[in-house]
Amino acid sequence: MWLTHVVFYVFSALLLFSAVMVIVSRHPVRGVLFLVLTFVCSAVLWMLLQAEFLSLVLIFVYVGAVMTLFLFVVMMLNVEQIPKVEGFVRYLPFAILAVLVMVGLMTMAILPKHFAMAGQLQPIMHPESYSNVKSLGAVLYTEYLFPFEVASVLLLVAIIAAISLAFRGKRAKGQDVDHQVSVKKADRLKIVKM
Amino acid sequence: MVPLSSYLIVSAILFGLSMAGIIINRKNLIVILMCIEMMLLAVNFNFIAFSQYLHQTTGEIFVFFILTVAAAESAIGLAILMLLYRNRRTINVQELDTLKG
Repeated sequence: MWLTHVVFYVFSALLLFSAVMVIVSRHPVRGVLFLVLTFVCSAVLWMLLQAEFLSLVLIFVYVGAVMTLFLFVVMMLNVEQIPKVEGFVRYLPFAILAVLVMVGLMTMAILPKHFAMAGQLQPIMHPESYSNVKSLGAVLYTEYLFPFEVASVLLLVAIIAAISLAFRGKRAKGQDVDHQVSVKKADRLKIVKM
Repeated sequence: MVPLSSYLIVSAILFGLSMAGIIINRKNLIVILMCIEMMLLAVNFNFIAFSQYLHQTTGEIFVFFILTVAAAESAIGLAILMLLYRNRRTINVQELDTLKG
C-alpha cells in the first residue's frame, strides 16, 4: 500500500534529519529536543513494524524519563552556548570517512548479492484482534523469565549507583525544627556585667 | 510492502551518524551521551525489523532488555557527568585529560 511507503519515507527522512541536528546544534538543550524528535519518529517507524508495545514503551521510558533526565541535567549544568564549534572542520573529514566506511560496509552486507533472502521475506500482517502485548508477555514470562528478573536487579543496582554518586547528604542550611524547639535561654542569651 | 533492506539501511545510517557525532564532537560531553543513545536506538531498529520479517518475537524481547540497560546506563552516565562538573567545573571533553582524582 502506498501510504505505508509514504509514512516510512517521510518519517525516516525526519529521523535522519533530526539525528544530524542533534550532532550539529550548538546549544545542548536544542540537541536534546532534537533527540526527542528522533525518538518520536522511530516510535512511528516501529509502529509500522507492528511493534506497538515497544514503540509506546519507547515514548514512555526513553522520551518521558531518560530525555527528561537529560534535560534536567543540561539545564542544571548551565552549559553556555558554544560560539563556534572548534575542531569541527578539522575532524570532519575523519568523521565522513568513518561514516562512509561503516554505512557502506553495512549496506554492502544487505545487498541482494549477499543477502538474497531479504527480497523474499514478507511480514505477516496481523489482524486487528492481534495483541502485541499478549504475544510479548507470553514469551517474556515463560521463556525469558530469568533475564527479566536479572533486568530488575540491574535497575536496582543502577538506582543505588546513581544515588550514591550524586547524593550530597543533607544540606547545611536547613531548619532543624527539633533543635530549634529544644533551645534554652542560656544558649541564646548571655548577660554581661559591665 | 516496505522491503527489509530499507529499514536496515535507515538503521545503518543512524548508527554511522552517531559515530560521526562522537568523532567530531570536541566540546561537549553531553553530546557524546546523546550519540550513545542514538546508537542503541539504531541497534533496536535492526532487532525489530528482523523480528517483524522473520516472524519471531525474540527480537522484540531483546529490544525490551536493551531499553532497560540503556535507561540504566544513561542515568549512571548523567550522575557521573554531574560529579565531573562539580569537581572540574567543566564538561569540555578536551579539558578532562587528567586521571588525578
